[in-house]
Amino acid sequence: MLDSVFALAQGFSVAFEPTKLLFALIGVFLGTAVGVLPGIGPALTVALLLPVTFKLDPTGSLIMFAGIYYGGMYGGSTTSILINTPGESASMITALEGNKMAKAGRGGPALATSAIGSFVAGLIATIGLALFAPWLVEIAIQFGPADYFALMIVAFVTVSATFGDSPLRGLTSLFIGLMLGLVGIDALSGQARLTFGVPELLDGIEVTTLAVGLFAVGEALFVASRRKHAPETIEPVRGSLWMTKLDWKRSWKPWLRGTALGFPIGSLPAGGAEIPTFLSYTIEKRLTKHPEEFGKGAIEGVAGPEAANNASAAGTLMPLLTLGLPTSATAAILLAGFQQYGLNPGPLLFAERPDLVWGLIASLFIANVMLVVLNLPLIGLWVRLLAIPQPWLYAGILVFAAMGTIAANPSPVELVMLAVFGLLGFVMRRYDYPIAPMVVGLILGPMAETQLRRALQISLGDPMALIESPLAATLLAIAALALVAPILFRGLSRFKAEED
Amino acid sequence: MTQEEDGRQGGRRGDPAGFVIAAGLLALAGAVARDAMGMGAVSSYAGIGPSAASWTVAAGLAALAVGTIVSAVRGRIPVPEQSDNAAVLTILAGIAAMIATISIGGGFILAMALLFGLTARGFGRRALATDLGIGVVLGLLVYLGFTKLLALSLPQGPIERLF
Repeated sequence: MLDSVFALAQGFSVAFEPTKLLFALIGVFLGTAVGVLPGIGPALTVALLLPVTFKLDPTGSLIMFAGIYYGGMYGGSTTSILINTPGESASMITALEGNKMAKAGRGGPALATSAIGSFVAGLIATIGLALFAPWLVEIAIQFGPADYFALMIVAFVTVSATFGDSPLRGLTSLFIGLMLGLVGIDALSGQARLTFGVPELLDGIEVTTLAVGLFAVGEALFVASRRKHAPETIEPVRGSLWMTKLDWKRSWKPWLRGTALGFPIGSLPAGGAEIPTFLSYTIEKRLTKHPEEFGKGAIEGVAGPEAANNASAAGTLMPLLTLGLPTSATAAILLAGFQQYGLNPGPLLFAERPDLVWGLIASLFIANVMLVVLNLPLIGLWVRLLAIPQPWLYAGILVFAAMGTIAANPSPVELVMLAVFGLLGFVMRRYDYPIAPMVVGLILGPMAETQLRRALQISLGDPMALIESPLAATLLAIAALALVAPILFRGLSRFKAEED
Repeated sequence: MTQEEDGRQGGRRGDPAGFVIAAGLLALAGAVARDAMGMGAVSSYAGIGPSAASWTVAAGLAALAVGTIVSAVRGRIPVPEQSDNAAVLTILAGIAAMIATISIGGGFILAMALLFGLTARGFGRRALATDLGIGVVLGLLVYLGFTKLLALSLPQGPIERLF
């Protein structure tokens, strides 16, 4: 506990350096701006900006990425409230009530409760991260390869099978990602896999190319294909921006409950923010004194899920920083961000680069404060971003997608991959396949394989080693259970079918 | 949004799309398996070689193909809403033009102008000349910003060599 406080104080001394503050400011500003653009979530925002930061100082860039991550979440909720096109699935719930509030002329309070709720949640969850991360690091240090392998299997199952609409489609997405992870030279044996004689494939497939292709190009194609069928309208922000006394009274408990759901669930390898936001919405619907307002713009239905969303974003950083385990698409991209500098998150990073890790955590607090200060006064600016004509917006997004890809890897082959992944993303969107499992599969697949082979080498090939450690055995049992759990979670997909 | 607005309806029994997806998954499984067969026996004194993961993925993809066929027969494949194919093809043409321009050394700015102009057209803009012009300006700004400020290298062509 005391160690945490001390380490965090050290972190603040890093994060308060003027250049780091500037990086954080640029990050939250860019993150919010890009996050506000419809159809762009935090994962794509970071992926687009990853190549740009290639030559910058690692600590500064990672602080910037974290700012982009948090900023993207804020920006995303603005979009859901004002035009009902959530940039990511976690904001879907916000759109339910938030867009109704905006239509009823209460867009201001909806934006305010979402911004302040996100601030409260972000603050508490980041404190949680600072307190629990060292403790988890202590435990993680004792993990053997078999434990890591089991942990990754749990992540695979939960990310793809447990919480989606259809385990079949989630697993399909995961396995295509795993297949893409095979491409390139195997690190342990030097064997080339799935390279088909193309030299560019020997290095494997870049996570950013896959993510930018799936998210940016795929999304642009998808939006263009249905443009005539689903026109968007921006709700103007009318009336006061501020929350009334009653709004505050109705918001603060949902904020805290949302945080209490979001942080722990986000920390588990349970696949991002959908579950906590959904749970928070259901709980608020049940506890509210104004049940008649739900479905017509109830402020609790914005406050709770938004808090849960942001708390789980901080929660996702827990397995990422302490174990190197990404459990959402955004976390997978952030991991790629670390790897671009040759840094590997995990217990070792806490020991070797405490300045970086704790500087990053401290900067999350700063980013949070910056966001709440920036967001509400600048709401007029963000709304103007929403007014960029759609053709130019998506044309611009594709230009940045192509630029980022060539800047990272100057070869036409990389651009062809970008196009292929874009087409794949388009088809997956049309047939309702989730995209995050593929990104997680690409990045975690090779890591899981390495851990498995290490575990088997230690045991001289005895597969029993995989379940000898009680932790690994428990985790594998959880994974097996989670594969069956979708049947128990049927209620969730029914809910989605109703509200979608 | 209700289901009608979203345009997705429950699936049809025996929807051909499901079989096409299943065939695609089988083809991928086959490619991975063929690749794994080519690896031969790798001497690894303990544990497993590089082909084990390939076999696992191939088996998984094949199993998922079977699952997709089952769900197609049962009518569980979502029916996508109508697609504006002309728009999609226009954007793909823009991407192809961009890749071709860069491959033949036409340079970054020209490539981005083509990508920008054709994408905007795919989204319903009719003023292609204006959009190409905007694309040139955007490409130029990005090029100068990134090569001069961030020292990143971007593909050069006739226009880029002027700077």
